Amino acid sequence: MPPQVICMIDEIVEAIRRAETELSEDTVAALKKAYEKETNEMARTQLKAIIENFTVAKKGSLPMCQDTGLQTFFIDMGYDFPYRKELKNAITEAVRRATKEVPLRPNAVHPFLHKNSGDNTGRFVPYIHWELREGDDVVIHVIPKGGGSENMSGLYMLPPGVGIKGIKKTVVEHIFKSGGKPCPPTIIGVGIGGGADLALTLAKKAAILRPVPSRHEEEFVAQLEDELYEMANKLGIGPMGLGGDTTVLDVHVEYAHRHPATLPLGIVTQCWANRKRKVMIDSNGHVEVV
Amino acid sequence: MEYHEKTPIADARKYKLGDVIYITGQLVLARDEAHKKLLEEGAPIDLKGSVIYHCGPVVTKRNGEWKVVAAGPTTSIRMEIFEDQFIEKFHPAIIVGKGGMGEKTLKALKEHGAVYAAYTGGCGALAAERIKSVKEVHFLDELGIPEAVWVFNVEEFGPLVVTMDAHGNSYYDNVDEKAKKNLERILENIK
Repeated sequence: MPPQVICMIDEIVEAIRRAETELSEDTVAALKKAYEKETNEMARTQLKAIIENFTVAKKGSLPMCQDTGLQTFFIDMGYDFPYRKELKNAITEAVRRATKEVPLRPNAVHPFLHKNSGDNTGRFVPYIHWELREGDDVVIHVIPKGGGSENMSGLYMLPPGVGIKGIKKTVVEHIFKSGGKPCPPTIIGVGIGGGADLALTLAKKAAILRPVPSRHEEEFVAQLEDELYEMANKLGIGPMGLGGDTTVLDVHVEYAHRHPATLPLGIVTQCWANRKRKVMIDSNGHVEVV
Repeated sequence: MEYHEKTPIADARKYKLGDVIYITGQLVLARDEAHKKLLEEGAPIDLKGSVIYHCGPVVTKRNGEWKVVAAGPTTSIRMEIFEDQFIEKFHPAIIVGKGGMGEKTLKALKEHGAVYAAYTGGCGALAAERIKSVKEVHFLDELGIPEAVWVFNVEEFGPLVVTMDAHGNSYYDNVDEKAKKNLERILENIK
Protein backbone atom coordinates (compact mmCIF):
# COMPACT_ATOMS: atom_id res chain seq x y z
CA MET A 1 0.00 0.00 0.00
CA PRO A 2 1.57 3.37 -0.99
CA PRO A 3 2.28 5.72 1.97
CA GLN A 4 -0.22 8.27 0.60
CA VAL A 5 -3.03 5.71 0.90
CA ILE A 6 -2.04 4.78 4.46
CA CYS A 7 -2.09 8.49 5.30
CA MET A 8 -5.50 8.82 3.62
CA ILE A 9 -6.91 5.99 5.80
CA ASP A 10 -5.46 7.57 8.96
CA GLU A 11 -7.07 10.91 8.16
CA ILE A 12 -10.46 9.41 7.29
CA VAL A 13 -10.42 7.59 10.66
CA GLU A 14 -9.61 10.93 12.29
CA ALA A 15 -12.46 12.65 10.40
CA ILE A 16 -14.92 9.97 11.54
CA ARG A 17 -13.68 10.37 15.13
CA ARG A 18 -14.09 14.14 14.97
CA ALA A 19 -17.50 13.93 13.31
CA GLU A 20 -18.72 11.57 16.05
CA THR A 21 -17.20 13.36 19.04
CA GLU A 22 -17.13 17.07 18.14
CA LEU A 23 -20.40 18.56 17.01
CA SER A 24 -19.95 20.77 13.94
CA GLU A 25 -19.27 24.40 14.93
CA ASP A 26 -22.21 25.87 13.02
CA THR A 27 -24.62 23.50 14.79
CA VAL A 28 -23.05 24.29 18.19
CA ALA A 29 -23.65 28.00 17.59
CA ALA A 30 -27.21 27.41 16.37
CA LEU A 31 -28.11 25.31 19.43
CA LYS A 32 -26.62 27.86 21.84
CA LYS A 33 -28.56 30.62 20.12
CA ALA A 34 -31.74 28.55 20.32
CA TYR A 35 -31.17 28.04 24.06
CA GLU A 36 -30.82 31.80 24.61
CA LYS A 37 -33.99 32.54 22.66
CA GLU A 38 -36.15 29.66 23.92
CA THR A 39 -39.03 30.75 26.19
CA ASN A 40 -40.46 27.34 27.12
CA GLU A 41 -39.00 25.94 30.39
CA MET A 42 -39.29 22.29 29.36
CA ALA A 43 -37.57 23.09 26.08
CA ARG A 44 -34.78 24.85 27.95
CA THR A 45 -34.02 21.73 30.06
CA GLN A 46 -33.71 19.72 26.84
CA LEU A 47 -31.49 22.25 25.07
CA LYS A 48 -29.33 22.58 28.17
CA ALA A 49 -28.86 18.80 28.32
CA ILE A 50 -27.92 18.78 24.63
CA ILE A 51 -25.35 21.55 25.15
CA GLU A 52 -23.89 19.78 28.21
CA ASN A 53 -23.81 16.56 26.22
CA PHE A 54 -21.79 17.84 23.27
CA THR A 55 -19.45 19.64 25.65
CA VAL A 56 -18.79 16.40 27.60
CA ALA A 57 -18.39 14.48 24.32
CA LYS A 58 -15.77 16.85 22.97
CA LYS A 59 -13.86 17.00 26.25
CA GLY A 60 -13.73 13.23 26.67
CA SER A 61 -13.45 12.46 22.93
CA LEU A 62 -16.59 10.34 23.27
CA PRO A 63 -19.30 9.80 20.64
CA MET A 64 -22.00 12.42 21.29
CA CYS A 65 -24.74 9.83 20.66
CA GLN A 66 -24.73 6.08 21.19
CA ASP A 67 -26.24 5.72 17.73
CA THR A 68 -23.04 6.46 15.86
CA GLY A 69 -25.00 6.20 12.63
CA LEU A 70 -24.75 4.54 9.27
CA GLN A 71 -21.32 5.43 7.94
CA THR A 72 -22.02 7.64 4.93
CA PHE A 73 -19.64 9.47 2.60
CA PHE A 74 -20.44 12.03 -0.08
CA ILE A 75 -17.49 12.42 -2.41
CA ASP A 76 -16.82 15.42 -4.57
CA MET A 77 -13.96 14.28 -6.79
CA GLY A 78 -11.85 15.89 -9.50
CA TYR A 79 -11.58 13.81 -12.72
CA ASP A 80 -7.81 13.78 -12.35
CA PHE A 81 -7.50 12.87 -8.67
CA PRO A 82 -4.68 10.29 -8.79
CA TYR A 83 -5.81 8.00 -5.95
CA ARG A 84 -9.40 7.45 -7.10
CA LYS A 85 -8.76 3.72 -7.53
CA GLU A 86 -7.71 3.34 -3.90
CA LEU A 87 -10.35 5.61 -2.35
CA LYS A 88 -13.21 3.13 -1.93
CA ASN A 89 -11.09 0.54 -0.16
CA ALA A 90 -9.44 3.25 1.94
CA ILE A 91 -12.87 4.38 3.19
CA THR A 92 -14.00 0.85 3.99
CA GLU A 93 -10.76 0.17 5.86
CA ALA A 94 -11.09 3.49 7.73
CA VAL A 95 -14.63 2.54 8.83
CA ARG A 96 -13.40 -0.83 10.17
CA ARG A 97 -10.63 0.87 12.11
CA ALA A 98 -12.84 3.70 13.42
CA THR A 99 -15.34 1.11 14.68
CA LYS A 100 -12.63 -0.24 17.00
CA GLU A 101 -10.75 2.96 17.73
CA VAL A 102 -13.42 5.62 18.33
CA PRO A 103 -15.27 3.25 19.13
CA LEU A 104 -18.48 3.12 17.07
CA ARG A 105 -21.56 1.01 17.62
CA PRO A 106 -21.72 -1.74 14.97
CA ASN A 107 -24.68 -0.58 12.91
CA ALA A 108 -24.62 -2.77 9.78
CA VAL A 109 -27.27 -5.50 10.00
CA HIS A 110 -28.20 -8.03 7.30
CA PRO A 111 -31.88 -7.27 6.61
CA PHE A 112 -32.93 -10.93 6.22
CA LEU A 113 -30.49 -12.85 8.39
CA HIS A 114 -30.49 -10.15 11.15
CA LYS A 115 -26.76 -10.68 11.61
CA ASN A 116 -24.69 -7.66 12.54
CA SER A 117 -21.42 -7.58 10.60
CA GLY A 118 -19.75 -6.13 13.69
CA ASP A 119 -17.56 -3.61 11.87
CA ASN A 120 -20.00 -1.24 10.17
CA THR A 121 -19.29 -2.68 6.73
CA GLY A 122 -21.44 -4.90 4.53
CA ARG A 123 -23.31 -4.97 1.25
CA PHE A 124 -23.26 -1.40 -0.13
CA VAL A 125 -22.11 0.01 3.22
CA PRO A 126 -20.34 2.20 4.10
CA TYR A 127 -22.55 4.06 1.67
CA ILE A 128 -20.49 6.12 -0.74
CA HIS A 129 -22.07 8.69 -3.04
CA TRP A 130 -19.77 9.85 -5.86
CA GLU A 131 -19.87 13.08 -7.83
CA LEU A 132 -17.30 14.15 -10.41
CA ARG A 133 -16.09 17.59 -11.44
CA GLU A 134 -13.03 19.37 -12.93
CA GLY A 135 -9.83 19.22 -10.87
CA ASP A 136 -7.24 16.88 -9.41
CA ASP A 137 -8.25 16.92 -5.72
CA VAL A 138 -11.05 15.33 -3.71
CA VAL A 139 -13.34 16.46 -0.90
CA ILE A 140 -14.81 13.63 1.20
CA HIS A 141 -17.81 14.61 3.29
CA VAL A 142 -17.90 12.30 6.30
CA ILE A 143 -21.54 12.25 7.43
CA PRO A 144 -22.45 9.37 9.75
CA LYS A 145 -26.26 9.54 10.03
CA GLY A 146 -28.42 8.35 12.95
CA GLY A 147 -31.28 5.90 12.46
CA GLY A 148 -33.90 7.79 14.46
CA SER A 149 -33.83 10.85 12.23
CA GLU A 150 -33.42 8.81 9.03
CA ASN A 151 -36.66 6.99 9.95
CA MET A 152 -38.40 10.36 9.77
CA SER A 153 -37.40 10.94 6.16
CA GLY A 154 -39.92 10.57 3.40
CA LEU A 155 -40.68 10.67 -0.29
CA TYR A 156 -43.87 12.15 -1.70
CA MET A 157 -44.67 11.79 -5.38
CA LEU A 158 -47.06 14.73 -5.61
CA PRO A 159 -49.35 15.49 -8.54
CA PRO A 160 -47.65 18.49 -10.21
CA GLY A 161 -50.95 20.39 -10.04
CA VAL A 162 -50.61 20.95 -6.29
CA GLY A 163 -47.78 23.39 -7.04
CA ILE A 164 -45.68 25.23 -4.51
CA LYS A 165 -48.59 25.43 -2.08
CA GLY A 166 -48.88 21.65 -2.05
CA ILE A 167 -45.16 21.36 -1.38
CA LYS A 168 -45.32 23.72 1.60
CA LYS A 169 -48.33 21.89 3.02
CA THR A 170 -46.67 18.48 2.68
CA VAL A 171 -43.42 19.64 4.33
CA VAL A 172 -45.19 21.18 7.33
CA GLU A 173 -47.45 18.14 7.75
CA HIS A 174 -44.39 15.90 7.55
CA ILE A 175 -42.62 17.82 10.33
CA PHE A 176 -45.81 17.69 12.40
CA LYS A 177 -46.16 13.93 11.94
CA SER A 178 -42.49 13.37 12.84
CA GLY A 179 -43.10 15.06 16.21
CA GLY A 180 -40.39 14.33 18.76
CA LYS A 181 -39.21 11.14 17.07
CA PRO A 182 -36.25 12.48 15.03
CA CYS A 183 -34.70 14.17 18.13
CA PRO A 184 -35.55 17.81 17.39
CA PRO A 185 -34.41 20.50 17.02
CA THR A 186 -33.77 19.10 13.57
CA ILE A 187 -32.39 20.34 10.28
CA ILE A 188 -34.79 19.65 7.42
CA GLY A 189 -33.55 19.00 3.90
CA VAL A 190 -36.09 19.34 1.11
CA GLY A 191 -35.39 18.08 -2.41
CA ILE A 192 -37.81 18.99 -5.17
CA GLY A 193 -37.89 17.60 -8.71
CA GLY A 194 -35.65 15.14 -10.54
CA GLY A 195 -36.82 11.59 -9.96
CA ALA A 196 -37.58 9.83 -6.70
CA ASP A 197 -33.93 9.05 -5.98
CA LEU A 198 -32.61 12.47 -6.97
CA ALA A 199 -35.19 14.29 -4.81
CA LEU A 200 -33.96 12.36 -1.77
CA THR A 201 -30.28 12.80 -2.62
CA LEU A 202 -30.77 16.56 -3.02
CA ALA A 203 -32.66 16.62 0.28
CA LYS A 204 -29.87 14.77 2.10
CA LYS A 205 -27.19 17.05 0.66
CA ALA A 206 -29.22 20.14 1.53
CA ALA A 207 -29.83 18.95 5.10
CA ILE A 208 -26.29 17.95 5.98
CA LEU A 209 -23.71 19.53 3.67
CA ARG A 210 -24.98 23.08 3.94
CA PRO A 211 -24.07 25.24 6.96
CA VAL A 212 -26.64 26.04 9.67
CA PRO A 213 -28.06 28.59 9.15
CA SER A 214 -27.67 29.27 5.43
CA ARG A 215 -29.85 30.32 2.53
CA HIS A 216 -30.01 29.12 -1.06
CA GLU A 217 -28.28 31.40 -3.61
CA GLU A 218 -31.53 31.86 -5.54
CA GLU A 219 -33.87 34.42 -4.00
CA PHE A 220 -37.07 32.46 -4.64
CA VAL A 221 -35.70 29.31 -2.97
CA ALA A 222 -34.27 31.30 -0.07
CA GLN A 223 -37.72 32.81 0.54
CA LEU A 224 -39.27 29.34 0.50
CA GLU A 225 -36.69 28.25 3.10
CA ASP A 226 -37.55 31.23 5.32
CA GLU A 227 -41.24 30.48 5.07
CA LEU A 228 -40.86 26.74 5.84
CA TYR A 229 -38.55 27.55 8.78
CA GLU A 230 -41.09 29.95 10.28
CA MET A 231 -44.00 27.57 9.82
CA ALA A 232 -42.10 24.59 11.28
CA ASN A 233 -41.22 26.52 14.43
CA LYS A 234 -44.79 27.75 14.83
CA LEU A 235 -45.89 24.12 15.28
CA GLY A 236 -44.65 24.22 18.87
CA ILE A 237 -43.32 20.64 18.85
CA GLY A 238 -40.10 21.82 20.45
CA PRO A 239 -36.89 20.03 21.46
CA MET A 240 -37.56 16.28 21.81
CA GLY A 241 -41.25 16.91 21.10
CA LEU A 242 -41.82 18.29 24.59
CA GLY A 243 -43.08 21.65 23.36
CA GLY A 244 -41.29 24.92 22.70
CA ASP A 245 -40.18 27.46 20.13
CA THR A 246 -37.35 25.42 18.65
CA THR A 247 -38.55 22.58 16.43
CA VAL A 248 -36.08 23.08 13.58
CA LEU A 249 -32.68 24.77 13.52
CA ASP A 250 -32.98 25.34 9.79
CA VAL A 251 -34.70 24.27 6.57
CA HIS A 252 -32.66 23.85 3.39
CA VAL A 253 -34.21 23.42 -0.05
CA GLU A 254 -32.62 22.22 -3.30
CA TYR A 255 -34.28 21.51 -6.60
CA ALA A 256 -33.82 19.88 -9.99
CA HIS A 257 -35.88 20.15 -13.16
CA ARG A 258 -38.71 17.64 -13.12
CA HIS A 259 -40.52 15.39 -15.59
CA PRO A 260 -43.80 17.05 -16.75
CA ALA A 261 -45.83 14.27 -15.12
CA THR A 262 -44.03 14.18 -11.75
CA LEU A 263 -43.35 16.37 -8.77
CA PRO A 264 -41.12 14.37 -6.44
CA LEU A 265 -40.64 15.83 -2.98
CA GLY A 266 -37.92 14.27 -0.84
CA ILE A 267 -37.62 15.19 2.83
CA VAL A 268 -34.57 14.21 4.86
CA THR A 269 -34.48 14.93 8.57
CA GLN A 270 -31.21 15.41 10.40
CA CYS A 271 -31.20 15.27 14.21
CA TRP A 272 -29.52 17.94 16.35
CA ALA A 273 -26.42 15.68 16.34
CA ASN A 274 -25.47 17.04 12.92
CA ARG A 275 -22.28 15.03 12.49
CA LYS A 276 -20.12 16.12 9.59
CA ARG A 277 -16.45 16.60 8.77
CA LYS A 278 -14.59 17.12 5.50
CA VAL A 279 -11.41 15.38 4.37
CA MET A 280 -9.62 17.29 1.63
CA ILE A 281 -6.89 15.51 -0.34
CA ASP A 282 -4.81 17.16 -3.07
CA SER A 283 -3.08 15.48 -6.00
CA ASN A 284 0.14 14.95 -4.00
CA GLY A 285 -1.77 13.00 -1.38
CA HIS A 286 -1.59 15.88 1.12
CA VAL A 287 -4.57 15.52 3.48
CA GLU A 288 -6.44 17.97 5.64
CA VAL A 289 -9.47 17.38 7.94
CA VAL A 290 -11.85 20.32 8.38
CA MET B 1 -40.17 20.12 41.29
CA GLU B 2 -36.69 18.67 41.13
CA TYR B 3 -35.96 15.29 42.78
CA HIS B 4 -32.64 13.67 43.56
CA GLU B 5 -33.54 10.03 44.20
CA LYS B 6 -31.84 6.84 45.30
CA THR B 7 -32.93 3.45 43.95
CA PRO B 8 -35.04 1.48 44.63
CA ILE B 9 -37.85 4.02 44.53
CA ALA B 10 -40.71 3.37 46.94
CA ASP B 11 -43.35 5.76 45.66
CA ALA B 12 -43.57 7.10 42.13
CA ARG B 13 -47.13 8.41 42.50
CA LYS B 14 -45.83 11.70 43.89
CA TYR B 15 -44.20 12.74 40.59
CA LYS B 16 -46.07 15.25 38.46
CA LEU B 17 -45.78 16.02 34.76
CA GLY B 18 -42.78 18.28 34.20
CA ASP B 19 -40.93 17.19 37.36
CA VAL B 20 -37.22 16.63 36.83
CA ILE B 21 -35.56 13.59 38.44
CA TYR B 22 -31.88 12.72 38.92
CA ILE B 23 -31.15 9.11 39.85
CA THR B 24 -28.35 7.73 42.02
CA GLY B 25 -28.06 3.97 42.40
CA GLN B 26 -28.89 1.37 39.81
CA LEU B 27 -30.15 1.69 36.29
CA VAL B 28 -31.38 -1.42 34.46
CA LEU B 29 -31.19 -1.37 30.67
CA ALA B 30 -33.83 -3.15 28.63
CA ARG B 31 -34.87 -2.55 25.07
CA ASP B 32 -36.70 -4.68 22.48
CA GLU B 33 -35.18 -8.15 22.86
CA ALA B 34 -34.56 -7.75 26.61
CA HIS B 35 -38.25 -7.04 27.26
CA LYS B 36 -39.17 -10.18 25.37
CA LYS B 37 -36.54 -12.26 27.16
CA LEU B 38 -37.41 -11.07 30.67
CA LEU B 39 -41.11 -11.62 30.09
CA GLU B 40 -40.48 -15.14 28.83
CA GLU B 41 -37.84 -16.25 31.29
CA GLY B 42 -38.28 -14.01 34.33
CA ALA B 43 -35.82 -11.43 35.68
CA PRO B 44 -32.43 -12.48 37.09
CA ILE B 45 -32.59 -9.47 39.48
CA ASP B 46 -35.29 -7.85 41.60
CA LEU B 47 -36.91 -5.09 39.55
CA LYS B 48 -39.37 -3.78 42.15
CA GLY B 49 -38.94 -0.01 42.44
CA SER B 50 -36.25 -0.10 39.74
CA VAL B 51 -35.47 2.39 37.00
CA ILE B 52 -35.73 0.74 33.57
CA TYR B 53 -33.86 2.46 30.76
CA HIS B 54 -34.64 1.99 27.05
CA CYS B 55 -31.12 2.15 25.72
CA GLY B 56 -28.71 0.29 23.44
CA PRO B 57 -25.35 1.46 24.72
CA VAL B 58 -21.86 1.50 23.27
CA VAL B 59 -19.79 -0.53 25.78
CA THR B 60 -16.20 -1.72 25.38
CA LYS B 61 -13.96 -3.92 27.45
CA ARG B 62 -10.63 -2.42 28.45
CA ASN B 63 -8.13 -4.34 30.60
CA GLY B 64 -10.87 -6.78 31.55
CA GLU B 65 -13.22 -4.02 32.71
CA TRP B 66 -16.36 -2.77 31.02
CA LYS B 67 -16.39 0.85 29.99
CA VAL B 68 -19.57 2.64 28.93
CA VAL B 69 -18.77 4.93 26.01
CA ALA B 70 -22.21 6.28 25.12
CA ALA B 71 -25.67 5.47 26.44
CA GLY B 72 -28.44 7.81 25.33
CA PRO B 73 -32.08 6.72 25.14
CA THR B 74 -33.69 4.82 22.28
CA THR B 75 -37.26 5.34 20.97
CA SER B 76 -39.62 3.95 23.60
CA ILE B 77 -42.72 3.42 21.51
CA ARG B 78 -41.20 0.21 20.11
CA MET B 79 -41.54 -1.30 23.59
CA GLU B 80 -45.27 -0.45 23.72
CA ILE B 81 -46.09 -4.05 22.74
CA PHE B 82 -44.44 -5.33 25.96
CA GLU B 83 -44.45 -2.55 28.52
CA ASP B 84 -47.84 -3.05 30.18
CA GLN B 85 -47.06 -6.73 30.83
CA PHE B 86 -43.56 -5.78 31.96
CA ILE B 87 -44.88 -3.25 34.49
CA GLU B 88 -47.47 -5.70 35.75
CA LYS B 89 -44.94 -8.50 36.20
CA PHE B 90 -41.90 -6.63 37.56
CA HIS B 91 -43.25 -3.41 39.18
CA PRO B 92 -40.55 -0.93 38.15
CA ALA B 93 -40.97 2.66 39.44
CA ILE B 94 -39.69 4.65 36.47
CA ILE B 95 -39.45 3.79 32.79
CA VAL B 96 -36.91 6.01 31.02
CA GLY B 97 -36.63 6.51 27.30
CA LYS B 98 -37.36 8.98 24.56
CA GLY B 99 -40.45 10.02 22.67
CA GLY B 100 -43.08 8.73 25.13
CA MET B 101 -45.33 5.69 25.01
CA GLY B 102 -48.93 4.81 24.24
CA GLU B 103 -52.30 4.20 25.87
CA LYS B 104 -51.56 0.68 27.08
CA THR B 105 -48.48 1.79 28.99
CA LEU B 106 -50.25 4.85 30.39
CA LYS B 107 -52.93 2.58 31.80
CA ALA B 108 -50.40 0.17 33.31
CA LEU B 109 -48.48 3.09 34.88
CA LYS B 110 -51.69 4.20 36.56
CA GLU B 111 -52.61 0.73 37.77
CA HIS B 112 -49.21 -0.02 39.25
CA GLY B 113 -48.09 3.44 40.40
CA ALA B 114 -45.18 3.96 38.01
CA VAL B 115 -44.15 6.85 35.74
CA TYR B 116 -42.47 7.36 32.39
CA ALA B 117 -39.65 9.92 32.21
CA ALA B 118 -37.93 11.26 29.11
CA TYR B 119 -34.18 11.54 28.83
CA THR B 120 -32.92 13.93 26.18
CA GLY B 121 -32.46 12.06 22.89
CA GLY B 122 -28.93 11.72 21.61
CA CYS B 123 -27.31 12.65 24.90
CA GLY B 124 -25.11 9.55 24.91
CA ALA B 125 -21.95 11.20 26.22
CA LEU B 126 -23.69 13.01 29.09
CA ALA B 127 -25.31 9.73 30.10
CA ALA B 128 -21.97 7.90 30.01
CA GLU B 129 -20.43 10.56 32.24
CA ARG B 130 -23.03 9.83 34.94
CA ILE B 131 -22.61 6.05 34.66
CA LYS B 132 -19.91 5.23 37.17
CA SER B 133 -19.52 1.49 36.61
CA VAL B 134 -21.08 -1.65 35.23
CA LYS B 135 -22.54 -3.70 38.08
CA GLU B 136 -23.53 -6.70 36.01
CA VAL B 137 -24.78 -7.81 32.62
CA HIS B 138 -27.28 -10.55 31.72
CA PHE B 139 -27.99 -12.35 28.43
CA LEU B 140 -24.91 -10.77 26.83
CA ASP B 141 -23.98 -13.82 24.74
CA GLU B 142 -27.48 -14.31 23.41
CA LEU B 143 -28.50 -10.70 22.83
CA GLY B 144 -25.24 -8.85 22.14
CA ILE B 145 -24.07 -5.51 23.57
CA PRO B 146 -26.90 -3.18 22.46
CA GLU B 147 -29.70 -5.57 23.50
CA ALA B 148 -28.32 -7.15 26.70
CA VAL B 149 -29.68 -6.42 30.18
CA TRP B 150 -27.03 -4.15 31.68
CA VAL B 151 -27.09 -2.98 35.28
CA PHE B 152 -25.20 0.29 35.68
CA ASN B 153 -24.22 2.10 38.87
CA VAL B 154 -25.13 5.74 38.27
CA GLU B 155 -24.76 9.08 40.02
CA GLU B 156 -27.13 11.98 39.39
CA PHE B 157 -28.34 10.39 36.16
CA GLY B 158 -30.55 12.92 34.43
CA PRO B 159 -32.27 15.25 33.75
CA LEU B 160 -35.21 12.85 33.50
CA VAL B 161 -38.43 14.73 32.80
CA VAL B 162 -41.67 13.09 33.94
CA THR B 163 -43.88 13.06 30.85
CA MET B 164 -46.38 10.30 31.79
CA ASP B 165 -47.47 10.15 35.42
CA ALA B 166 -49.10 7.52 37.60
CA HIS B 167 -52.51 9.20 37.40
CA GLY B 168 -53.28 8.76 33.70
CA ASN B 169 -51.80 12.04 32.45
CA SER B 170 -49.52 12.28 29.42
CA TYR B 171 -47.55 15.39 28.58
CA TYR B 172 -47.36 14.22 24.96
CA ASP B 173 -51.14 14.47 24.59
CA ASN B 174 -50.98 18.14 25.60
CA VAL B 175 -48.15 18.96 23.19
CA ASP B 176 -49.78 16.97 20.38
CA GLU B 177 -53.11 18.74 20.82
CA LYS B 178 -51.47 22.16 20.75
CA ALA B 179 -49.32 21.25 17.76
CA LYS B 180 -52.39 19.96 15.93
CA LYS B 181 -54.20 23.26 16.46
CA ASN B 182 -51.10 25.15 15.34
CA LEU B 183 -50.89 22.96 12.23
CA GLU B 184 -54.49 23.71 11.27
CA ARG B 185 -53.86 27.45 11.63
CA ILE B 186 -50.64 27.26 9.60
CA LEU B 187 -52.27 25.26 6.80
CA GLU B 188 -55.12 27.74 6.50
CA ASN B 189 -52.67 30.57 5.95
CA ILE B 190 -50.42 28.90 3.36
CA LYS B 191 -50.28 30.85 0.13
